[in-house]
Formats: sequence, structure tokens, C-alpha cells
Amino acid sequence: MSNIIRNDILTPVSSKRTTKEKLFKICGLSAIIFALSMLVILFTTIFSKGYSAFYQTRIKLDINFNEELIDPTGAREITTLNTADYSKLISQSLFKFLNIDKSHPKSSEIKSLISYNSFLTLRDRVLNDPDIIGKTKKINLIASDDVDQMLKGNININIPEENRKITDFQIEAIEKFKSNGNILTVFNKTLFIKSDSREPEVSGVLGAIIGSFYCLFIAACISVPIGIFAAIFLQEFAKKNKVTDFIEININNLAAVPSIVFGLLGLSVFINFFHLPRSSPIVGGLVLALMSLPTIVIVTRASLLAVPGTIKDGAIALGASKMQAIFNQVLPLATPGICTGVIIALARALGETAPLLMIGMIAFIPDTPIAITDPATALPAQIFMWADHPERAFVERTSAAILILLSFLIVMNAAAIYIRHKFEKKW
Amino acid sequence: MYIILAILVCAFYGFYIGKKKPLRLIQNKDLTKLNSSPNYHGYYVFLWCLIPAIITFLTLNFFSNFLIKQIVLDLVPEIESIAKTNIEFVYNQIKTMASGTADAFSADEKLIVAAEKYNELISISNASIFVICICLSSFLLIFIKKKINLEFPARKKVEKFIKLFLLICSIVAILTTVGIVLSLFFESLKFFKQIYFFDFIFGTHWSPQIAIREDQVGSSGAFGSIPVLAGTFLITLIAMFIAVPIGLFSAIYLSDYAHKKVRSILKPLIEVLAGIPTIVYGFFAALTVGPFIRMAGESIGLDIVSESALCAGLVMGIMIIPFISSLSDDIILAVPQRLKDGSYALGATKSETMIKIILPAALPGIVGSILLAVSRAIGETMIVVMAAGMSARLTANPFEAVTTVTVQIVTLLTGDQEFDNPKTLAAFALGLELFILTLFLNLIALRIVKKYREKYE
Repeated sequence: MSNIIRNDILTPVSSKRTTKEKLFKICGLSAIIFALSMLVILFTTIFSKGYSAFYQTRIKLDINFNEELIDPTGAREITTLNTADYSKLISQSLFKFLNIDKSHPKSSEIKSLISYNSFLTLRDRVLNDPDIIGKTKKINLIASDDVDQMLKGNININIPEENRKITDFQIEAIEKFKSNGNILTVFNKTLFIKSDSREPEVSGVLGAIIGSFYCLFIAACISVPIGIFAAIFLQEFAKKNKVTDFIEININNLAAVPSIVFGLLGLSVFINFFHLPRSSPIVGGLVLALMSLPTIVIVTRASLLAVPGTIKDGAIALGASKMQAIFNQVLPLATPGICTGVIIALARALGETAPLLMIGMIAFIPDTPIAITDPATALPAQIFMWADHPERAFVERTSAAILILLSFLIVMNAAAIYIRHKFEKKW
Repeated sequence: MYIILAILVCAFYGFYIGKKKPLRLIQNKDLTKLNSSPNYHGYYVFLWCLIPAIITFLTLNFFSNFLIKQIVLDLVPEIESIAKTNIEFVYNQIKTMASGTADAFSADEKLIVAAEKYNELISISNASIFVICICLSSFLLIFIKKKINLEFPARKKVEKFIKLFLLICSIVAILTTVGIVLSLFFESLKFFKQIYFFDFIFGTHWSPQIAIREDQVGSSGAFGSIPVLAGTFLITLIAMFIAVPIGLFSAIYLSDYAHKKVRSILKPLIEVLAGIPTIVYGFFAALTVGPFIRMAGESIGLDIVSESALCAGLVMGIMIIPFISSLSDDIILAVPQRLKDGSYALGATKSETMIKIILPAALPGIVGSILLAVSRAIGETMIVVMAAGMSARLTANPFEAVTTVTVQIVTLLTGDQEFDNPKTLAAFALGLELFILTLFLNLIALRIVKKYREKYE
């Protein structure tokens, strides 16, 4: 204490000292402003890059379901209808609209205006309603990602032709479509009902969301009961001895072990030792369960500790056993706190990527997983894979996937905050 | 599945029986005569019917699957020549064929025989396991029922069991640690059989990619972890340069200057930074911060690569801010009010009190929180995977690309894997290094924080 009793403190508040005081306060304030502005920049960057992925360009075409092309025999057999060349229908319609011939040197450029997978749309149309054959229908087809990006203003059309992904001839065609009102901008349903794809315009996050959901569900089923029971034991029953001390240090340390180490554990134990299937939500769920377990134990203990001891004493005084007092009195009172902590721990597990990389949940999986042993990916892993693609359209989709992930997290955290405010008692 | 169902039915019946018996034994419904309430008798019988049967079921199932695999694979003699991974493949083929989903016509004759045998064995083993489990369960039901009388301390016994169960749950935490240590240790051991231990610890050259090309001279590759560690520390250092002052000043402002209402808004807002998934930071770093730093460097004539250590460190620093600010805030608030009052009474201003009284008193706790943040930064993966480089170099220049332990683990383990390859095993050795490093930091930090808390309690 002796060091503070120096002259400058004993003198009246000088102007030098007030400036120092102000400066200190400004430093604190600017630190907070810096942190918050980073938060704002982060959110605005992601949002400004990602919101445009929620709508999509479609081109309205008059498709002539030419009987000779689809089913020349007229037998309407499923196999014929399945294997017919539907992309030819699309290119015919395109050529007709633009008044060019099949032999035109740039005809392939025109074909690539429409998404490569669009023939599937036509096929499904025909399979659903074979009577359509022979008729001409107006159909909205998904435009290719380059067209989409150009119309969203993400491709600079003023640079030389060879440096951009879209040619002059294509731009001309797009302008013609536009002036005829054949370019539509619609809500991007594909993003929510499709899984991963090589073509950005038909890729979606459904598979990843289901994978994430499975992982989280398995993780919750394992870590929540075990975590809560372990916490009850440590908080209420454990006697102070070497073993419980060791368990306690262990749990505190596990909460700070890098997540990638849990991934290594999952790889060598669950996959190499127990031979569980790689890339499957069950392994992902197990790893995430082990990862969120220590956090759940810690928050549960804190909630149990927050319940006043008098309640337990009261119950015991009325003749309850210690077990009854804890399970019937203390635990219900601690439930809101436990719920809040559990939701926050699971939200963190939902956003975790590194351990999932270790157990192979970053594979290109175009199918939507059904069982928990199917190969799957998870939302953050999907974001990681899309972030690796060079196409501009995938940048947009990556940001959109991040927005979807963040909205899940916001919902979970909001629920946690709501529970805390609504049910938590202040003693 | 139906075996478990049958056991459950048996157990619930046991609960009913166990509950009824004491009620039948007492006269005039005088419950005070009973040692425990009838429900506990029910639970007691329930547990005895359920747990041993389930354990038996699981062990028998495990062994029978093992045996069936041996018998079935013996029917396919050429199996011995195939590699170990292929055995799994053949066995899976047999299993799908046995379930009838695979096309039996295209398959090998021997495989069809094996599949038929598999089906036969499975039905035998399922039936026998079913009989054994149900017999055990019903036997225990009758046996335990006989034990029940008025003085039987059912509650105590049930509670003892629950306590044991709770203990087992908390041991899972230990098992996790043991699992981590063992898995890292044994895989690393395999690695050190191929690569000299000190070459790994003290080597200054890291280029694991060479190791897969066997024709090359020195095909053992270079596995010196020093450059990787140096990169990790460089990025961590940059992150700390950002996070420590900003986190600390935020904590000081929040705890001492901000109005209570302002604080209740600002603190959660800053903590949002910690709730954002790291993949989002990684994307932000790679897409926005990296190019921005490169452009800024160009405008002042500096040549900075997009994947510079500065970029990764900067973004990581932003992520770490709340870890430091929240914990430091708690710790500053835990400093007893009397110390502050004493200082104010002597005429010190707020900033003087903070610098000369509170911070020195809170120093150990703050150091602890910084150490925890350092451990966090060292183990952080996604930001560096997306924003830092791949090539390991020994440099202290923040404008160059460096690599980190976590980046190397990810690059070594994604893609095709063979588990006898030093390239793959190196990831586990790095993982072990990372685990030990963070373990030390965590233990020291947790100890300091705990000691500090005790001091002012």
C-alpha cells in the first residue's frame, strides 16, 4: 500500500490528473466500441454477401414437349420417358426464341444459360403428367449460376470478354430475355429443399441441416443425462477426497481442451477402434456429446449451487432422505438454470466444425441422410466446403448458409435467455 | 430390439409385484409399519429384473456377433489372403445379402452359402439370448420377491444404486480424458517408431507431403515440429496483442465506469462475439480481412500475402476478446469494496484506484484469464485453417504466411488415410503436443483463478 501514498495523490485534483482520468475512461470506451464495431462489421459483411442467395433467377421458356423427341413410339413406357433427351427440348426452345440455328458457332454458350440439371425438372413434369407430351407449356427454369450472378450485379461486364465468366453473346441473349419479360426473380426454394451439388444454382443445405440435427440430437441424448447426473453427484454427494478432486480437475480441464483433440479422439476410438461408419451423424453426435459434457456438468453444478441450502435442509427436516430432497426439491428448482446452460452448450456444439473435419463429415454428399449411420455432413462443415469453392455463386451460398446457421443459434440463445428471465428465481 | 422390450415388460411386471407385496403384508393399510414406501420395493425389484438382464444381453450379443463373424468368414476360404479392410468389406457384403437387399444372382456362390449360414446363426443366437435373458429376469423376479418383507430397507438399497449410477456418470469425464490420452499416445507411439522422437521435437524442417512419395530420396519426409509451433505462437501472439488490451479495457470500463443498465446491455453484446461459430470468423478472415490487409499493405508499399499471420491473428484476437473481458470483469468485481473505498478515501481518482489498487490485487486472476485465452487461441482451428497458410516456415514476420499445429492436423487427416503412414500418424503426434501444451496452460490457469477466488471469499 505504501507505493500509492505519493505526493500526486495527496495534492488536490490537478488538471493533469483529470486529463489522465478522462484518457483512461476514453480508452475503456473505445475498447468496447472497437469490439462492438467488429461485431457489426462481421454481421454486415456476411449479410450483405449472403442475402442475395435467398432469391434466384429463373428463365421462362416455351417448352414444346415434342412427342417425337420424348416418346416416338407413343407407348408411354416409364423407361422411355425416363431416358428421353430432355435437355434437347430446352436447347430447341432456346434456339427458337433467339432465332439461331443448332449449327450456330456459339450455340453451346446459349445452352449453358440454363442450369445443367434443368432437364430433371422437365422429366419430372412429364413423368407426373404424360398428357403434357405434344403440348407447348411455359416453364420457369433455373438459370445457370453465371447468369444469376450477372443479374445480381456480381459479374463486372465492363471488363474484357475473356476475363469474365459470361460472354458478350450470352449477355445479348439475356438482354433479349429481359426485354421480353422472361427473366424472373423468385424466392430460392432450392436452397432449403436440396442437398449439396456441384452446380451452385441447385445446391441447398437440407442435407446439412438434417445431418446437424441428427448430430445434435444424439449429442443431447447422451450428454444431457450423463452431464446432469455427474453434476448432481459431484455437487451433492461426492465427499471431498482425492478421487472427486481428480474428477473435478478433469472436467474443468476438459472444458478447455481444443475441440480438434476431441475430433482426434473420435477418429481413433469410434472409427478406428469401434468401426463405426465414417462421416456418419452417430460418430459426430458422440464426439459432440463428449465435447459438450464438461460444459453441461459445470453449468448444472452452478445451478445446483444457486439453490439455497435451506430448501434441502427443510426437506430433510420433514423426513425426506437426502436423495429425495435433492431429486424432489433442489433439482426442480435448478431446472431453469440447467436448461439455459444445456441450450447454450448445445448451441456451441451446433457451430463446431473442427472435430467434424476429423471424422470425415466433410465429404461431398448429394443425398439427404435418412439413418444415423448414413454418410452425412453438418451445417458448419457444409459452410467450410462451400467456402473452398472458387465460384462467386458459392461465396453467396456460403454466406447464406452462415446466415441460416446463425439464425439457428440466435433462436437457441433467445430460448435460453427467455427461460432464464421467465423461470429463474432470485433467492 | 424385441429382447430389450421383453426384458422391460418383465421389469415393469416386477415393479408391480414389488409394490403389491408389502401392501399385502401389512394390515389395516398402516403404512408406518413399513420400512420404506411400497414404491421403493417396486423400484428395487424393477432394477434387479432390468439391469442384470440388460448387461447379460449386451455381453452375449457382443460375443455371439464375434463368433458368428469367425464362423461365417471361415466359409469363405480365400479370405486369408485379403487385407484387413477387405475382410470388413466382404463381411458387410454377406450381411447385406443375408438381409435380402442385395442381388443374390450376381454374387459369388460361396458368399450366398455364407449369407445363408449367417442368417441361420443369427436366428439361433437371437433365440438363445432371448431365452437366457428372460429366464434370468424372471428368476431374479421370483428370488427378489421372496426377500421382500416389512423390514426390508428398499429405499436405502435403491438410493445406494442411484448413487452408484451417478458416480458412474461422473466417471465418464475421466474416461474421456483417458480416451484422449490413450488414443493420442498410442498413435503417436507408432509415429515415433518411424520418426526419431527428437527429430520431431527439435527439428526445424516440416514438409510431411514428401513422405508419401517412396521413390524419393529421404522418403521419410521431414517432421520437425518447430516451424509449426513457431507459426502457432506467432499467430497467438498477434491475437493476444489485440485481445489483451481491448479485453482488459472493456472489462475495466464495464466493471467500473459503465452505468448498471448500460453494462447489462453491453456485456451480453460483447459475449455474442464468443458465441459466433469459429467457421464464421474463418470465412470473414479469408474473404474480407485478408484482402483488406493486402490492399492496405499495397497502399503503403508493403507486400503482404492474403494468408498472412496478421490476418489470422487479428481475427482470432477479435474472437478472444470476450474470453478475456468476461473473466477479467468477474475478477475485477471480486476485489473487495473496502480496498476501493480506502483508495477513494485517500483522494485517488477512479483510474488511479484501478491502476494502483484493483489491478495489482486482481493480477493473478487476470493472468489466469489470459492464460486460458492463450490456450484457446493455440487450439483454435477453423480461423487458421481458412485464413492462415499451409507452408511451414520459421519466421517472425507477421506479413508472411505461417502454418499452425491445428492447420497441419486438419491437412494431414482430411483426404485419404492409411493408418501406417507417418504422414497420418504425424497428425496424432501434433495432437498430443497440442493436448499437452493446452493441458499445462489450462491447469496453471485454473489453479491461479481458483487460488485467487479463494483469497477473497
